[in-house]
Amino acid sequence: MKIIVNGDPREVAATTLSELLAECGYSGRVATAVNEVFVGSSARIDLALADGDRVEILAPMQGG
Amino acid sequence: MRTFYGTQLANPLLLGTAQYPSPAILESAFRDSKAAIATVSLRREGAGGAGQSFWQMIRDLDVHILPNTAGCHTVKEAVTTAHMAREVFDTRWIKLELIGHTDSLQPDVFQLVEAARILSEDGFQVFPYTTEDLIVGERLLNAGCEVLMPWGAPIGSGRGLANEYGLRAMRAEFPDTPLVVDAGIGLPSHAAHAMELGFDAVLLNTAVARAGDPAAMARAMAQAIEAGRLAHQADPIEPRDMATASTPVIGKAFLS
Repeated sequence: MKIIVNGDPREVAATTLSELLAECGYSGRVATAVNEVFVGSSARIDLALADGDRVEILAPMQGG
Repeated sequence: MRTFYGTQLANPLLLGTAQYPSPAILESAFRDSKAAIATVSLRREGAGGAGQSFWQMIRDLDVHILPNTAGCHTVKEAVTTAHMAREVFDTRWIKLELIGHTDSLQPDVFQLVEAARILSEDGFQVFPYTTEDLIVGERLLNAGCEVLMPWGAPIGSGRGLANEYGLRAMRAEFPDTPLVVDAGIGLPSHAAHAMELGFDAVLLNTAVARAGDPAAMARAMAQAIEAGRLAHQADPIEPRDMATASTPVIGKAFLS
């Protein structure tokens, strides 16, 4: 299935958001949104992905 | 002393974490200025996990963390970013930025009020980046904000307090509300000026991070803020148009 991860199309085996994070190597402190909707960490395990979903994975960064 | 959602700041300096030449210099700037709050953001995490090392460094600074919604142009975008920030940074504080103008980065105050209401109702403690407009300030307070952060000048411009009259009026209009001058500070004298007007804190980033010696500038800012705060508490004299002799006239010798 093709998922857009942080703007880049990827072919992934994952079927849920938590599987996607593991497959893409994210293990630290991140926040997620799918199709522009926030998904809390506790909801990732049950969030089924569909072909073409847009996933944003954000992390702490410098800011003013 | 006014508090920020119940938190008293030992040092009324909120310092940004962007644009420093290196992480070590960023740490020096915080250590030397004793800034009480660090502003941070959220961005896409790359494969290298840069965000994780940054997070570790920020935690080690042992300061309050204020995540922002920098770069957001719509209510939906800002609200979603705030939710993501709350989870990642484990704080209800959010520096709410709704950018309305590309060149000046002027806040879109209409969307700002709407987003502030949504977030306040959802339990966030909102620090809104706003203008010095009194009516917008009133609307933000009605929306649930307990802090207002008017701009001094456009972000990163270093122009100081572009509308002193407006900021002075804001202080007078909201005597019980914690007010922070956010953005536009370029020099320590600008920061001192804000504090002399009775503002409760100053938020700055570029003036320190882009200085030739960020740690020294951070120290200078902290000292200026302290000087300005003391000056305000000391009840300064009013300016006047003509001279008034400070040396007593009585007792002057007759020598002509």
